[in-house]
Amino acid sequence: MASEKPDHEGPDRGLSGLPGGKPKYSAFALARQAMQYHQGWQRAWRDAQPRDEYDAVIIGGGGHGLATAYYLAAVHGINRVAVVEKGWLGGGNTGRNTTIIRSNYLWDESAAIYEHALKLWEGMSQDLNFNVMFSQRGVLTIAHSEHELREMSRRVHAIRMNGIDSEILGPDEIRKFVPIINIDQTIRYPVMGGFLQKRGGTARHDAVAWGYARAADDLGVDIIQNCEVTGLRRNGRRIVGIETSRGFIKTRKVGCVVAGHSSVVAAMADIRLPVASRPLQALVSEPIKPILDTVIMSNAVHMYVSQSDKGEMVLGAGVDKYNSYAQRGSFPVPEHMISAAVELFPVLSRLRMLRHWGGIVDTCPDASPIISKTDVEGLYFNCGWGTGGFKATPGSGYVFADLIANDRPNSIAAPYALDRFQTGLLIDEHGAAGVAH
Amino acid sequence: MTQVNRLDGGLIDRDTPLDFTFDGRRYGGFAGDTLASALLANGVRLVGRSFKYHRPRGIISAGSEEPNALVELREGARREPNSRATMTELHDGLVARSQNRFPSLGFDLMAVNDRFSAFLGAGFYYKTFMWPKAFWERVYEPLIRQAAGLGALSGDPDPDVYDRGFRHCDLLVIGAGPAGLMAALTAGRAGAEVILVDEDFRAGGRLTMERETVAGINGADWAAEAAAELVSMPNVRVMPRSTAIGVFDHGIYSVLERVADHLPVPREGTPRQILWRVYAKRAILAAGATERLIAFDNNDRPGIMQASAVRGYVNRWAAAPAERIAIFTNNDDGHRTAADLAAAGVEIAAIIDSRPDAPASDVAELFAGAVVSNSSGRRGVGHVTLRLADGGRKHVSCGALAVSGGWNPNVHLTCHHRGRPQWQENIAAFVPGDGVPPGLAVAGAARGIFSTAGALADGRDQALAQLAELGIKVTSATVPEADDTPVKITPLWHVGGTGRAWLDQQNDVTVKDVGLAHQENFRAVEHLKRYTTLGMAGDQGRTSNVLGLAVMAELTGKTIADTGTTIYRPPYTPTPIAAFAGRSVGRNFRPTRLPPSHHWAAEQGAVFVEAGSWMRAQWFPREGEVHWRESVDREVLATRRSVGVCDVSTLGKIDIQGNDAGAFLDLVYSNRFSTLPVGRTRYGLMLREDGMVMDDGTTARLGETHYLMTTTTANAVGVYRHLEFVRQCLRPDMDVQLISATDSWAQFAVAGPNARRVLQAVVDSQHDISNEAFPFMACRAISVCGGVPARLFRISFSGELAYEIAVPARYGDAMIRALMAAGEPHDITPYGTEALGVMRIEKGHVTGNELNGTITAHNLGMAKMVSTKKDSIGAVLAGREALVAEDGLCLVGLQAIDGDHVTAGAHMFAESTPVDAAHDEGYVTSAAWSPHIGASIGLGFIVRGANRHGETVRLMNPLEGRSARARICSPHFIDPEGERLRG
Repeated sequence: MASEKPDHEGPDRGLSGLPGGKPKYSAFALARQAMQYHQGWQRAWRDAQPRDEYDAVIIGGGGHGLATAYYLAAVHGINRVAVVEKGWLGGGNTGRNTTIIRSNYLWDESAAIYEHALKLWEGMSQDLNFNVMFSQRGVLTIAHSEHELREMSRRVHAIRMNGIDSEILGPDEIRKFVPIINIDQTIRYPVMGGFLQKRGGTARHDAVAWGYARAADDLGVDIIQNCEVTGLRRNGRRIVGIETSRGFIKTRKVGCVVAGHSSVVAAMADIRLPVASRPLQALVSEPIKPILDTVIMSNAVHMYVSQSDKGEMVLGAGVDKYNSYAQRGSFPVPEHMISAAVELFPVLSRLRMLRHWGGIVDTCPDASPIISKTDVEGLYFNCGWGTGGFKATPGSGYVFADLIANDRPNSIAAPYALDRFQTGLLIDEHGAAGVAH
Repeated sequence: MTQVNRLDGGLIDRDTPLDFTFDGRRYGGFAGDTLASALLANGVRLVGRSFKYHRPRGIISAGSEEPNALVELREGARREPNSRATMTELHDGLVARSQNRFPSLGFDLMAVNDRFSAFLGAGFYYKTFMWPKAFWERVYEPLIRQAAGLGALSGDPDPDVYDRGFRHCDLLVIGAGPAGLMAALTAGRAGAEVILVDEDFRAGGRLTMERETVAGINGADWAAEAAAELVSMPNVRVMPRSTAIGVFDHGIYSVLERVADHLPVPREGTPRQILWRVYAKRAILAAGATERLIAFDNNDRPGIMQASAVRGYVNRWAAAPAERIAIFTNNDDGHRTAADLAAAGVEIAAIIDSRPDAPASDVAELFAGAVVSNSSGRRGVGHVTLRLADGGRKHVSCGALAVSGGWNPNVHLTCHHRGRPQWQENIAAFVPGDGVPPGLAVAGAARGIFSTAGALADGRDQALAQLAELGIKVTSATVPEADDTPVKITPLWHVGGTGRAWLDQQNDVTVKDVGLAHQENFRAVEHLKRYTTLGMAGDQGRTSNVLGLAVMAELTGKTIADTGTTIYRPPYTPTPIAAFAGRSVGRNFRPTRLPPSHHWAAEQGAVFVEAGSWMRAQWFPREGEVHWRESVDREVLATRRSVGVCDVSTLGKIDIQGNDAGAFLDLVYSNRFSTLPVGRTRYGLMLREDGMVMDDGTTARLGETHYLMTTTTANAVGVYRHLEFVRQCLRPDMDVQLISATDSWAQFAVAGPNARRVLQAVVDSQHDISNEAFPFMACRAISVCGGVPARLFRISFSGELAYEIAVPARYGDAMIRALMAAGEPHDITPYGTEALGVMRIEKGHVTGNELNGTITAHNLGMAKMVSTKKDSIGAVLAGREALVAEDGLCLVGLQAIDGDHVTAGAHMFAESTPVDAAHDEGYVTSAAWSPHIGASIGLGFIVRGANRHGETVRLMNPLEGRSARARICSPHFIDPEGERLRG
């Protein structure tokens, strides 16, 4: 049941600073600019006008799309690349998620791609010369029942065998690690144990989009905002360009990374994706002095929480139970997630919620993404990351760039091809299904 | 201390003096004061520090938009950080402290940040802290985190209770200003069910803060009379101290009612706050407008306030922000503040009107065409610098500066369905645009109608329109006479200068920061917001956004309309999260369900365990048993030897009826049920659309068109939801009805060789339940104990001769006692979920441990149950090549050897392979000690398992470094031929 080990762990390092000529960010640069009233800072990216033709076009200026463009240029030397974005870059799920990063997945295929991503996270600020504030503050997943403990045990063994750090904690160790957690065994769903990935953590989501955009722009990638794709032009079974609100753009390679609307764009090429789009909600509190230094997740009570560097508590929940393209959710979901937060952390009771929002996630039947060629030559899809795409951003972009550049998937991407839904070689990451007599 | 700035008049109750403390110092105020008005009356200007630079901060508003005057309220476990002084009603003994400063508000060491502000501009942290790499987490980030945050939580559990409630109405009116009151009066007088909510404790909105007449009387008095009339109407509910925080789909509004925040502690038995879910057929947003400031150098000094707030404090609270006040305006409204200050006898230093054609003033010296370009003063404004129309400069000394930059309609709720406000040039403000939630109308200042007369008329007109849609007739609706001054504004957003001019005072975002964002191409409004944090403070940009957008528009050369705006998200004001949890905390976090025999089981001393929100008996310890296994082993052996009884009411039961019930079941189950004879029961396997096993259970055919399905306990809700989806969305053409019957029936498994004898003693004698008349898998409606209706099913989960007997839930307690009495001659033994689990593992029945969402019928060795003669959900995808591969996972039994133990979660490896992912062959799903076999056994999935019976495998626990050896065998450890259950 194991796949071969991934044959590459990251891009060529040594990309410290920006080779394309943008001035480097550093403490010294900041000091120098402060003396010059910050007159010297350049645009982080140009507002490019669409050219007539590109070697490759990425549809979707979110983290995954921008990362794809960056790696196309940085690793594969393909610089005549455009990223076209309907709105403003980073405006979809990249700017809406709860920023959790981890690689402790059950299946080997998942371990390969998420661990690949995690290794890239570990050097991202330096690679991009942009502080994305990746912080390995640990991700602790709590179990509240015997059933969950059993599931957890199998999962953690699997994670360990893939060489990924993971450890099991008992209630007392959890209390030591997270002093504000309620380990009272008389509450409705007492904390019975948990597993911790210390290398997991959080990053500043907007910075990831901006960092990739700046680095990609530096390598000549055109970032074109306010440019909506209205059609995919084909000649027979080959892609020849895209129709946009700003005119036709000729290209023979199109990568679609449009979470929340993957099916809509796929339909432009008469492709029906096995993807369901649903709202996912999150919220932040007002900033308070630090009380939580790690990430806590609980599947049973359905919420996850961390505290940002600004002091806000960031909370997320499960998906709404209906399909929707509207970027908002129903009221019971935040009610539920907040009561779960109060249950686990009674000290948060008097804290105030500041903002609450929804995004649309595309989910596949096996809760794993699609990174794939399609029946249309030159048309590639990267989608279906469900509720957890942010953590994969660099790994996803890296392997997708590889797929687009070589027109064949590397060993990490290969299991994520669309045909797995025909063959049944699924990568089922639904987690504990919660089925019990 | 005396209230040095207290004036005469106002809507405060001077007969009720109140004491309070701020930062440990005692002050006096009156009932009707807010903490903000009382602080101002006492001459306190410095109340807080800003987030980044720790600049001194004073009160700038008189409402919920306040970004600066955030304090920690109360003490001990009731401490609340980030509380708005402007929204805090004063009560006797109130304790407030400033926050985000060290060691004191007056002398804050963190204010050193302000000295380094040149380095700390917008987004500076994205450009540094990257070297050396390891320092980010070890040095830089901890420093940032330590400095971040505003107030601090108490760290103790909250002693107060919160509630959630539901209300329904024809018309919800949000805001009790002139428009809202008029809308509520119009609808209330017409007989509509109306709810009027307002965040203030006094109705009237701006009318409480102005010197205006409505219908010939003082505006505040008119508002009070209107509110009194509304309160007197049986069809109207007036909710003060209640904020509509969000609009959700289907006309659902969430409203936070602050029941007890104006009291020292909530009254006995009452909640502190209630979060209402209001279902409104229609709603009117009459939330008024918020006055803008104008940016100029050092415009953030304490004492620099909204002009409307200044006159509000003077008129309503008789509190002058200072002895001598200057006014800076770009519109006529600033002159109203001047008139009110003059009327109250407050000295006006000057009126600075940026418009060259400013109207003359007879109350103070007017500088037309002039602007305020700077301020000075320590911990508060002392002087402002004017740049005069002729280019000259002038210093004006003042203790406060009232600034009027125009008004922004409070459009926030119109954005909650992603509606986009649109720019309206004549009032220089955003008004509600496209995408306003269906059923929500906007009235008065919230849509840019700023005069009192206009707001009153619009409140009535919007109400009439909504009532017409609801079919409610209105005979007459007159509007009282009121002031109808038109808006005259010449926009001025910021005064150019060389220093820092603040836009967002809480997050310390300045005009220069917007300039940097522009320079670095963070020009989209959302990029501007996220890069500079403009508008991300606690007021969600209510005091800062439009200013920031206007500055960006100037820089890009676009119009504000083209620049656009970010949209507001719920909640309208920050809302305590406890209110969302309500009483669903602690033990009551989720409902606890008790099976019908619970009290009886408790009497027996049962140990309980949570199972899908039910508390089920886990085992029944007897005297002398010290280890749980002793109890479980005894229960298993007694059941297999004679008879046992177990409450299985928790399994999901779905009653399915209709002409197409059989066809419906054929669709949702992989095997066929339409051919099941009446009076028979069949095991069914339910697949997800993707072919994975979703659930299993038995379904009985009680009549031609009547089936009863059972589901697993944990999946009862999920299966019901799935069936409803199939019925409503996939096959609405089918004649089939569903209802959950889980709670309606108490059901007991009676298992063991003597099961029939026990049942024969309780089943009424006219029902023949002999093996011939009532064979394995039979079912029938019967009666027990002399006429109690019951259902009997001959099904077995333990592998023994077994029945399940169901009676209406209210007879459950009596039934278990009757069964125990009837079984006494056979030494009947109650057994819990542990023994149930042991017996099902011995028999090889699967449960949730095995049905983990990744398992197919093929993996279970049940491929034949997926009928190929009919279509069913999941059948096609279950047949995919990899899912039916010969070398796939296969359910097996495992028996530990050499005294080892099988543990669930262990991974399986062949005898001599390395322990790594590449050689992982499967995993253990369930484990138990089998008293019947006398060994540790288990179930699990291993590749090619069906052909490996007899092989020895290693069960590895890499995490604990433990391993065990086990022999693969059939999952059916006992009675593989099924003779017992047919006996």
